[in-house]
Amino acid sequence: MSNPQLNDKGELSHLLSIEGLPPHILTQILDTAESFMEVSARDVKKVPLLRGKSVFNLFFENSTRTRTTFEIAAKRLSADVINLDINKSSTAKGETLLDTIDNLCAMHANLFVVRHAASGAPYLIAEHLRRSGRDDVHVVNAGDGRHAHPTQGLLDMYTIRHYKKDFTQLCVAIVGDILHSRVARSDIHALTTLGVPEVRAIGPQTLLPKHLDKLGVHVFHDMDEGLRDCDVVIMLRLQNERMNGALLPSAGEYFRHFGLTPQKLALAKPDAIVMHPGPMNRGVEIHSAVADGPQAVILPQVTFGIAVRMAVMSIVAGN
Amino acid sequence: MSSLSNPLPEAEAQCRQLAELLRPQRHRQPTLVGIHSGGAWIAERLRQLLELPEEIGLIDVSFYRDDFAEKGLHPQVKPTVIPFAVEGRHIILVDDVLYTGRTTRAAINELFDYGRPAAVELAVLADRGGRELPVAANYCVWNVALAEGENLALDRDEAGRLTWRLEHV
Repeated sequence: MSNPQLNDKGELSHLLSIEGLPPHILTQILDTAESFMEVSARDVKKVPLLRGKSVFNLFFENSTRTRTTFEIAAKRLSADVINLDINKSSTAKGETLLDTIDNLCAMHANLFVVRHAASGAPYLIAEHLRRSGRDDVHVVNAGDGRHAHPTQGLLDMYTIRHYKKDFTQLCVAIVGDILHSRVARSDIHALTTLGVPEVRAIGPQTLLPKHLDKLGVHVFHDMDEGLRDCDVVIMLRLQNERMNGALLPSAGEYFRHFGLTPQKLALAKPDAIVMHPGPMNRGVEIHSAVADGPQAVILPQVTFGIAVRMAVMSIVAGN
Repeated sequence: MSSLSNPLPEAEAQCRQLAELLRPQRHRQPTLVGIHSGGAWIAERLRQLLELPEEIGLIDVSFYRDDFAEKGLHPQVKPTVIPFAVEGRHIILVDDVLYTGRTTRAAINELFDYGRPAAVELAVLADRGGRELPVAANYCVWNVALAEGENLALDRDEAGRLTWRLEHV
């Protein structure tokens, strides 16, 4: 089957998922993002690449942070950004997703940034655009259901490369609710594609998907064991609704076993970095002393995220 | 305009000639900005030859190109690095080959996003004609006519030596 993200020349035309992308495309995005880091540090934080283009932020699910970083990224590329508050708009009146897309295309949209609670919604849109012959309109997945969050995965890779340089010598641990996490899925695919030899998943049995080993991931239910000698620790947000869904006894209990404290972090390599996609629950998955400590790179992740989204949007819009 | 000699002229000797053309400008405390990648190598060489105290700037014009709509983003973008305040400075843009003038246009646009220079001049090793914009080099050592489908590329070997290579595209 052909990859729906790539055009007939094998170039990235939509970013839907990290899965199935060749390493050179991931590297191209990270390299391009490095050049955009410099743009964000200037007085005039703008380049004219997407001047005159319209970027529509379609967030069918709320996320102020991700939407804001996409908006900043698009504006630094000189695009016009239109934020649609979908909950209050036509969808609430019964319009289908694809009718919404057709209408926005009729308004000359060039790029859709899509966040949706349903896994596969961005695929559906990309497929619909292809069938309608609109290869000039591009889709970037900003998180779909439990499936993928590719720009978060890429900004995590950017962060790891920035601090650790070489992927092929690393041990990376992902800790927490991997079962419901699209970030974890995108991270795992990106890490294995870029040649990280040891990827670990740490969490309670109820929050780890089955068959993780098939993705080349080592599973640990004991955090002390799993963190030993890691170079990178990626903490995941524990969603409150998991607590009510009987998957976990209590936040306190979870923190005792899987919260990242300075004592637990000491088991990892002394120069290990700590990452978190945000928003953090202090005292649930991460201790404040770690979150604010010297090994945390959580705020740089946010800065890198803008450069990575600029890279993704400028690459897909040009293909 | 001379047509192409065989062998190609020595790029290193041309750098020394270009440095001599620039030498009278030293009292203006010029700062060099090289355009990736050939222009950056030449700018580095000129800085040594002219014993300029300041780090050179580097520009990759990929984010300012006018053919983005047709060609998309260049797959290997290098960061632009301007390690000095542009405001009020005398800047000499350095490139290997001047052709359509579009790269120069993009580089000037990019430079102005850093500030308002006092003056911008253009120094190139080779001018191959074929301008599509009103752009001219202030300093140039080699005017050359190329045939259709020919292209001049500058290479740098491991020892840092610059040489010309003729490409057929």
